[in-house]
Amino acid sequence: MIAGFELPDAGQILLDGNNIADIPPEKRPLHTVFQSYALFPHLTVAENVAFPLKMARRDKPTIKAKVHEALDSVHLSDRAHAYPHELSGGQKQRVALARSLVNRPRLLLLDEPLAALDAKLREEMQHELIDLQREVGITFIFVTHAQDEALALSHRIAVMNQGHIEQFDEPSKIYGFPRNRFVADFIGNTNMLEIEVAEATPTHLRLAVPGLGEIMAPAQEETRAGQKGWFTVRPEQVRIGPAQDRELKNHFCGKVRSFIYVGNVTTYTVELADGTPIDALLSNSAPGRARFFEVGDEVAVSWRHDAGVFLRE
Amino acid sequence: MRKNPVWLWAAALAAYAFLYLPLLIVVLYSFNDSRLNAEWVGFTLHWYTELINDTNMLVAARNSLLIAVAASLAATVLGTLAGLAIYRYKLRILPILAVTPVAMPEILLGVSLLLFFNLVFRPWLGLELGMWSVIVAHITFCIGFVTIVVRVSLLGMDESIFEAARDLGATPWQTFRLVTFPLILPAVMAGALMSFALSLDDFVITFFTAGVGVSTLPLQIYSMIKIAVTPEVNAVSTLLMLLTLGMIVLASRIHGKAIQSTGV
Amino acid sequence: MRGYSCVNRRLGRWVVSLPPTLFLLLFFVAPSLIMVVASFRFPGEYGGLAPLVEHGRWKLTLETYRFFFSDFIYAEIFIKSFGVALATTLICILMAYPLAWLIARSPKKHQDVMVLLAVLPFASNFLIRVYAWMIILGPQAAVARAVNSLLAAFGFEPVTLLFSPFAVLVGMVYVHLPFMILPLYTNLAKHDPALLDAAQDLGANAWRRFWKVTWPLSLPGIYSGSVLVFIPVLGMFAIPDILGGTGDILIGNLIKEQFLGTRDWPFGATLSLMLTLAVLVCAGLAAWLARRGVGRHA
Repeated sequence: MIAGFELPDAGQILLDGNNIADIPPEKRPLHTVFQSYALFPHLTVAENVAFPLKMARRDKPTIKAKVHEALDSVHLSDRAHAYPHELSGGQKQRVALARSLVNRPRLLLLDEPLAALDAKLREEMQHELIDLQREVGITFIFVTHAQDEALALSHRIAVMNQGHIEQFDEPSKIYGFPRNRFVADFIGNTNMLEIEVAEATPTHLRLAVPGLGEIMAPAQEETRAGQKGWFTVRPEQVRIGPAQDRELKNHFCGKVRSFIYVGNVTTYTVELADGTPIDALLSNSAPGRARFFEVGDEVAVSWRHDAGVFLRE
Repeated sequence: MRKNPVWLWAAALAAYAFLYLPLLIVVLYSFNDSRLNAEWVGFTLHWYTELINDTNMLVAARNSLLIAVAASLAATVLGTLAGLAIYRYKLRILPILAVTPVAMPEILLGVSLLLFFNLVFRPWLGLELGMWSVIVAHITFCIGFVTIVVRVSLLGMDESIFEAARDLGATPWQTFRLVTFPLILPAVMAGALMSFALSLDDFVITFFTAGVGVSTLPLQIYSMIKIAVTPEVNAVSTLLMLLTLGMIVLASRIHGKAIQSTGV
Repeated sequence: MRGYSCVNRRLGRWVVSLPPTLFLLLFFVAPSLIMVVASFRFPGEYGGLAPLVEHGRWKLTLETYRFFFSDFIYAEIFIKSFGVALATTLICILMAYPLAWLIARSPKKHQDVMVLLAVLPFASNFLIRVYAWMIILGPQAAVARAVNSLLAAFGFEPVTLLFSPFAVLVGMVYVHLPFMILPLYTNLAKHDPALLDAAQDLGANAWRRFWKVTWPLSLPGIYSGSVLVFIPVLGMFAIPDILGGTGDILIGNLIKEQFLGTRDWPFGATLSLMLTLAVLVCAGLAAWLARRGVGRHA
């Protein structure tokens, strides 16, 4: 809809305060980088990059200069006369970027541009994109399924669910302070406990977990005793230790049900007394020793009194 | 690579032989110094000289060429428009209209056009059947071929290219002129060549729509076969085969170059 | 489409789709409709059609249909035509299959050339291809003489190969063979060789591998090819006309006779409609079979 290829059922699309919903795609001051790159196969790299300038009726010397500049900025000056089918995936990606940025649009739309690249190349391109964006100073709207990509690249993330924006915030707030269950669940992994508020003070919350006891949580506005909801805490915030570990305020006993080792960390799933599973992340930092606990071990899981978030819905 | 059993080779070669031997015999006997196409007597170019002096044949050849050029031009334009329209606007009726004349037995189209021309054009416009009726008939069945070729070509392209062109500032007309048309050009040309060949070669439909005055090469050959068979028929057949072969080579050259330059 | 340049877009749509649509409506749909109406009209005095409206009254009749169903000979010709079409299709399948299979199993770089070679004869004029068999099967030609001397050696009567149902069949097969080769090859080329390997791995011998794996998967190709052969053969008149004897007429010849010979146009129109019906039934059958086949063997 932003690019103009779908029409909204209702409402406006505001760019710099102007409604662009009625403007056809070719007249909108923004460009798109397509998932398939959409390079014109019958034109050379240079001709591809020159295309928007030709459409804007710039004169030949200006076009030549700008194309040169654009290709330089993506390090492809030496392939200016090659055809798209002769380029690699990463190179096509960069031509697409150069083409969309050459006439300095107000906004750049990137539709899963890195989806077709392998992991290593992807990472490389992510860094290039960050640098490019900073250099050019234009707002990039980046669409992706890859959460790590979104968290790494963005200044702000919009989490969408069925056409509705659930939360629009900085990455750290999206991750650390999700506004509802959907966002908490959707981004990364998290533990979810059903609770009822026992007490709400300006400094902390006391939450009752049926069958397990009570936990302390950070204070939250407009929370009152008696409210029902959820408590979420990330696995990396949950400490796993021997059964006698009582250091932190929130602690429970349980048995290790299973674990997943992925090289740098191990995620343990601990079954509490009433059967509730809690995931705890343990960094494999001790050299030579990859596993600290085995299935069936009696352990204690705990987290700080100011960790986690209370969610009302 | 798996080895192919002997019998498979034998059967396949037999099929190839079956396909080519009759044609080779035609070519061979065009040089045969005998009226009858029965035995080899001696080498001669006699039938070719007779061919060149045969005014009926020359007139027929001229007519065939004119008709083929006119019909293929018109069919290419109309067929390309149809292919574009079906792809872009997802039409449902036009594809059926275009392809049915191709799928039906030719005699049905020939006969219905004969009826149509006689009932409508003759009384209302005073036109007798002639070159124009043949051209119109040829266009009708060639449109479908061009439509299919153009449409297949469009379907094989990444459609985000057309969106990208508009996204980068091109109006719909500019998108067509600078992006769509250059990319479908190979298909359009292939369609044109095919229409040309089909028109040159057509017998059944021409048979019904030519009327009294017009003769085309296939019609001429037919009457020669039915009335007086001489190896002159072999001679004209050989020349026609050479012509078609030349066109196919030309077409594949163009196609190959197109693939080379765009990778499409 | 709402919103921007609504007018332009609507205009573009009509500019592009109208010319071909109008042309086809005028020169394809209209003639077909006229054909339908013509089958209900009276024949004119000197052939052709009688006026549709005379003295202010419509002159329509079912005479042609009654005539068609009254004499068995017409149904007989239809049945014969179906028979020839069926025989041609089956023979084409038999001859095309080994060739298409060989090409599909050949190295990729040879395949294009091999296919081109198989289809090239199709590029020559249709009449030439028929004429070639006139030569080969002619009474003085080598083949006929060889066959007849062989028959004479066994004490049989000599046969004429030309101007016979045999010649018609040969001609039909020869002209339509490429139409069977191409779809079959296209289908067979897509077969995954790993399937045959898997079958062999599970204990199937060559015959069973073919019958249980290759053949079912090739059925869509067979259906396409059959449609491309069967329907044109149904409507053919030139081949029986050139290679056949006086008794070998098929539907196409009958129709041609009505329009150009006896000039009984209403009857010709009826015959054409019958042929159209037959074609539609076959096409529908093929589509139904193809859909069923895909569902079961996909």
